Formats: sequence, structure tokens, C-alpha cells
Amino acid sequence: MKENPSIGQLNTQRCRRIWWCMAAAFALLCTALSARAELSIEITHGADNPTRIAVVPMTLPGGQLPGDISAIVSADLDRSGLFRTMARENMLAFPRSTAEIRYHDWSVAGIEYVVVADVQRPAAGRIKVTFSLAQVAGQRQVFTKFIEGSDNELRDIAHYISDTVFEAITGIRGAFSTRIAYVTATAEGGVRVYRLLVSDADGARERLMLKSKQPILSPRWSPDGRELVYVSFETRRPAVFRQRLSDAQREQVTNFRGLNGAPAWSPDGRSLAMVLSKDGNPEIYLYSFASKAFTRLTNHFAIDTEPTWTPDGKALLFTSDRGGAPQIYKLTLGSNQLTRVTFNGSYNARPQLAADGRTLVMVHRGGSGGFVIASQDLVTNDFRLLTQSALDESPTVAPNGAMVMYTSRQGRRTVLAVVSVDARARFVLPSQSGDVREPAWSPFLK
Amino acid sequence: MTMKSLTNLFFAGFVAILLAACSSTTPDSDAVGAGVGGSGSGNGVATGTVGDGSIGGADAYDAGGLETVFYFDFDKATLRPESRSALQGHAANLRGNPKHIRLEGHTDERGTREYNMALGERRGNAVRDFLVLNGVDTSLIEVVSYGEESPASAGGDESSWALNRRVELK
Repeated sequence: MKENPSIGQLNTQRCRRIWWCMAAAFALLCTALSARAELSIEITHGADNPTRIAVVPMTLPGGQLPGDISAIVSADLDRSGLFRTMARENMLAFPRSTAEIRYHDWSVAGIEYVVVADVQRPAAGRIKVTFSLAQVAGQRQVFTKFIEGSDNELRDIAHYISDTVFEAITGIRGAFSTRIAYVTATAEGGVRVYRLLVSDADGARERLMLKSKQPILSPRWSPDGRELVYVSFETRRPAVFRQRLSDAQREQVTNFRGLNGAPAWSPDGRSLAMVLSKDGNPEIYLYSFASKAFTRLTNHFAIDTEPTWTPDGKALLFTSDRGGAPQIYKLTLGSNQLTRVTFNGSYNARPQLAADGRTLVMVHRGGSGGFVIASQDLVTNDFRLLTQSALDESPTVAPNGAMVMYTSRQGRRTVLAVVSVDARARFVLPSQSGDVREPAWSPFLK
Repeated sequence: MTMKSLTNLFFAGFVAILLAACSSTTPDSDAVGAGVGGSGSGNGVATGTVGDGSIGGADAYDAGGLETVFYFDFDKATLRPESRSALQGHAANLRGNPKHIRLEGHTDERGTREYNMALGERRGNAVRDFLVLNGVDTSLIEVVSYGEESPASAGGDESSWALNRRVELK
């Protein structure tokens, strides 16, 4: 099994965290089956003072690669909002190692870091990239590493390089090797067709998970990144399903009268929080995979919905209109202590927590009546608006906490957009067709 | 994580996808599950088949020309006065000739999706409660909320939103 998509040997322990997504190789095998247009990126607003970096073209001497690695790396870094990459037509030279870098030339061009790489073919269909990061001001090499994979994993190789460079410069773990799940709705022959899709975090390699003429909503990842849980109306009622990414094996988890919604996988993977209205009105329940038992957690005549876990698994945040309007509450499991979390404005809903457990993002109704994405620091209670469109929804936080993806209405369509958690960088991922809804950012894929 | 287990996982996935890719037809069902990389079935990958959402057959409720769509104000689940006479007509029909009905609750696109699911159910419940109050057997009525997922009008302004905040009696 030489072709198995192993990552080769890296000279760093960090190779452990790259687990080549099983899907990667298959996506290319089956492109005909998922020939729909991929998402593409359009940066609308960059950071005020991004780091200037040059990613030198990575080419195979005397050969051709199945894709442009440095273009993917540059797009990753640009999309973070923290970097601005140099256009390759402005580069005076294409060094392949730090020894070949003429630092003065890059310094004059205002470049702070240079990424160079030597690409080899260790075997047919295999790519090995030895890449280095150089700091121009210090005229020094920051690191040299290598990564190896199959031709089908070219994008994984590129995202690994992006992650490594990003972390070396910012100190923040890169999240370019992660994925997103989302739902699209398109009108096809007068019928609305819903699709549950998974793609790379940059929108590439979109893969179909489920197609239905009935609504699909609320996808969420399992903590190991191998499964999705979501709501499908295919039985003519909402029901919660779980589905493995690798082989599409799926299982219907709920089949109650009334609402079966808003599933959220617990951090330990053992249970789901969800909303059921089987006992009269929407309440939060806990479902245990082991015992298959449902435990009711809330008891109020108001709407309780949209539960999300704190990273330690000890509490849930959820939306409730028990105070007369939707606000976010925190329920500590065990003690059942309930506290109201949000107080700014008359509509705060759909809480999502960053992995630090401290940054809460939500949908907030602004003074002008529009719905925007807002964040609140749960320690200082500092509240800030991250977006300013008229109808933004469904925020999801990258596993490194640096970016928030959400949906935004553009004219008659909804598109995916991303904003840095400091609100300084923003971009959209316009889809070619239909509405895009409810992105869910995967955890780090090991 | 051992390389061997990784290899095994891959091999299993590879076989599954090959089978999927070799299947030349996709069943014409409303819901087709797919593995990463393909939309195929044919190797037993989860495939669900469901109806088209309409209730047909001899047992269907005949509205007899009465209005079957009832509209609501933003973020409200209170019946409008103009909905009452038609609903009283339905109640009379259902008392005289009991049939199973569905009340499908909907919202406009503003607000979060799952909150709107709950709001749509609240609207459906408001219609149900009115019918029950007027003598309809509650066991005949199923409320299903679609939240903002099935708008009647695709526009993004109040004229469309007003059409989308509704309960449909079927």
C-alpha cells in the first residue's frame, strides 16, 4: 500500500497532528460525482497592518505538479487577514532554499518573511516538499521542514505548509487543514433541493454528504472530526441524524413528535445536547449514545434552544426567551445552576464558544434592526460587533479561535463569510449557485 | 495512531467509494446519503426514501374552499382576528368529519434558524389550540415546524417576510 496517503516522515513531532483526511484521495477519484462549482474567495477587508510575506513558487524541476502549492499557501495566509502575500510577478528571483535568498532584494520590497521550498518526486505520484521560512530583517532561517504525500494530497501538503508558517510567525496554531460542513439550497426544476456538503476550510474539494428535497439544517461535528450530526426533514418531520464522513453510514437518532433539533456533540463524544418539544414546548435534552436515554435539562414554558457546550463539557450555553426576548443563558450541569449571560440589546441567540471557553460569538439584533455577528468576552463582558451587514447568521468559530465563519445575505442569496475574531479582517466565499447556510467549522483533524 | 490502522481505514474507504463510483444509477429518492467524495449508493450506503411532502389519498382533509394559510406578525405567535372565521369553519368540518391534519408552521428569515424552528412550532400550536378550543380532537392534529426553511416567497423585504410568517393547514 505504497499509495496510502501517509504523511511521510516529518522532522517534527507536529506530524502527529496531521492526519491525512481519508477523504482527500477519494475526492479526486470522484470529481465527476461532485462536479459542482467550488467556493472561491474574495477578500473584502484586510487587517490594518498585515505581515508582508512572500511565498516563492514551488515547482518541480523538470516536471509538473498537479496543482499550485504556493498559490494555495498564499491564499491561506491572505485569508487569515494577518498576512499580505507578495504577487509572484513582483518577485525578482525564485530561490529554492534559504541559502539562495538575497535578503536585500526582499527587504527593499518591504517583505518581512520569505517561504522557499524544494520539491521532489521521491516516487511516481508522490510529492516531497522541503520548505523553509526565512526572516528578512534578521537574515536568518526560522525553520526547515519537509512534508510528503501523494499527488491527491497536494492541497493537504499546501495547508500543512500554511499551518506551519502561520504558527511560527503568529504563535497561533494554524487551522488551514480543517474543514467546514454547510448546507446549500438550490432551486432545481422548480423544486428546492438541499445538500449537506463538506469542504476544506478554504472551500475547495467540496463533497456531498446528503441530498434531499426536504430541509437539512444544523450540522455539527463530532469532536474527533469523523462524523456529523444534523437535522433532516426527510421523514416529513425534523429528526436528528448522525453520519460518518468516511463511508456515509448514518443513523437516525430521534423520532419524536414536535421539534427534534439543534444537536450539539459533547466534547467527550459521548452525548448530544439537543432540543425536543415532545413534552409540550422546546426544552434542552441530553442524549447518551451509550444508554440511548434522553435526560431533560430545562423546564420552562419559554423557548429553550440552540445548546452549545463549554469546551470542558461541564456546562451548556443556550438561547431562551424566558426573559421576554431571546437571550443567552448558561446552565451548569450537575448543579443545574442557571445564569443569564447576555444583556446587550433585545436579541442575542445561537451561542458558539471559542476553544478558549471565553470568547462567545452569537447572532445579535442591532439597533437598526439588522442581524449581525457579535462577540462577548465572558471574563470582562466586553461586547463587540464583528459584522455590520443586514442579515448575518450562524457563526462558527475556527478551532484555533482566530476566525469566525458565518452566513451573510447578498442580494437574494446567502453566502459564507469569514471575519477575524478581532473584527479587523473580513472576506466572503461566494458560492456559484444557491444559498449557503449554517457553516460548521470542524475541530482540528488529527 | 498506527500507520497500519490508518492504512486499513483507507482501504475500507477506498472500497466503499469504488463501489459507489461503479454504481451507475442514483435512486430517485428525496434523500440520498453519500460518503465523502461521491453521491453514489448501491453498496448499501445510507439511502432514505420519503414522500414528496403532500398528503394524498381518500383520507385527506378537504378544506372545502376555506382559507388554509394563516399569517402572523413578526416574532409573534398570536392568531390574527381575520384568521378566526376560516379556522372556525375548519373546526366545524373536522368535528363533523374527523380527519388527520398537519399544521406546518413557518417564519420569515430573520433571526436564527433553530429559534425560528421553535417560533414556527409556537405558531402551529396557536392554530392547534384554537381548533381544539373549537371542539377538534387534538389527536387528529400534528404540528410540524419548518422554521424559516421553506419560505413561500424568496424575497428579502417585508412584503415577502409577511407571506412567510404563516401556518399552513394540510
